[in-house]
Amino acid sequence: MTQSVQTQSNPGPQPAGMRGVAADFGSDQRAFKTASWGKAMMWIFLLSDTFVFGCFLLSYMTARMSTPVAWPNPSEVFALHIGGQDVPLILIAIMTFVLISSSGTMAMAVNFGYRRERGKTAVLMLATALLGAAFVGMQAFEWTKLISEGVRPWENPFGAAQFGSAFFMITGFHGTHVTIGVIFLLIVARKVWRGDFDTERRGFFTSRKGRYEAVEIMGLYWHFVDLVWVFIFAFFYLW
Amino acid sequence: MSETTAHLQAQAQSGQHHPIRLYLVVWGLLFVLSAFSYMVDYLGIQGYLRWSLILLFMMLKAGLIVAVFMHMAWERLALVYAILLPPLLVLIFVALMVSESHYTIFTRLAFFGAAS
Repeated sequence: MTQSVQTQSNPGPQPAGMRGVAADFGSDQRAFKTASWGKAMMWIFLLSDTFVFGCFLLSYMTARMSTPVAWPNPSEVFALHIGGQDVPLILIAIMTFVLISSSGTMAMAVNFGYRRERGKTAVLMLATALLGAAFVGMQAFEWTKLISEGVRPWENPFGAAQFGSAFFMITGFHGTHVTIGVIFLLIVARKVWRGDFDTERRGFFTSRKGRYEAVEIMGLYWHFVDLVWVFIFAFFYLW
Repeated sequence: MSETTAHLQAQAQSGQHHPIRLYLVVWGLLFVLSAFSYMVDYLGIQGYLRWSLILLFMMLKAGLIVAVFMHMAWERLALVYAILLPPLLVLIFVALMVSESHYTIFTRLAFFGAAS
């Protein structure tokens, strides 16, 4: 609470709209009046990560547009043989639903965190981590399947050679983000469970007082991972 | 969503407190939108209709996640603009690379023929 007192340097209502934007950026000490230091830093990190994934998707677009060889049809490449027939993209669809569900549980964890309901927050965060781990597991299955079918970063039996490199690069980098997110979730969930944010126990690394805002900042990262998947799903799997 | 701006402002300043129902509704919407985008592929819709439907569902999903799950709808405009405007510059990069790709495929076809 002390921090929010410090940061509200000018009492009274702050201007809204474009006038507010100008006032915030032109003001003393800090531009983001309602976002804390940690939250603003996470947003700026996510902005930089947006450019990283943007560049991956762009290089995929460039490779796909500049090759005279036909691009493999993802609908067929990622089909699974279930019950005697090929269901197109079914694994990817399940992965999408799993990741969206994990975003839902994460959003509710943030909500219960601000209500200071320690148990529910920790359980919802663990559920999020579990769904995230399931996602990575399905991705590992997908990679195994494609590799066994002969897809390599330099060649594949379905069409344009660039398909493999774009696939492994984009889904690999996204899977790494999910994996890091799961580890990050487990660490924060442990802190919630132990009551660090109720007792304002100081972090082992930053020595800053523990606050439930850490759950929201964790949530920003997790939702971003889901957000990136929305774009990968649209551009790589559906296009 | 009928709350007044002043109320939202007060909420934003004291942490993000929103009814759990809001998250469940958005969660449901994301499920429905994902099902729609999967149906685009399942039903085999092709051409411009396919691409515009994919983009439409993608933008709706991205908007819901950023606005509600990431609480961007309740942040001050300074943060919203600082974070959401820079990625639009990627579109210029897209235009550059589309032009570059056209040139690359043109030279490939002109010098190596259609088979390579």
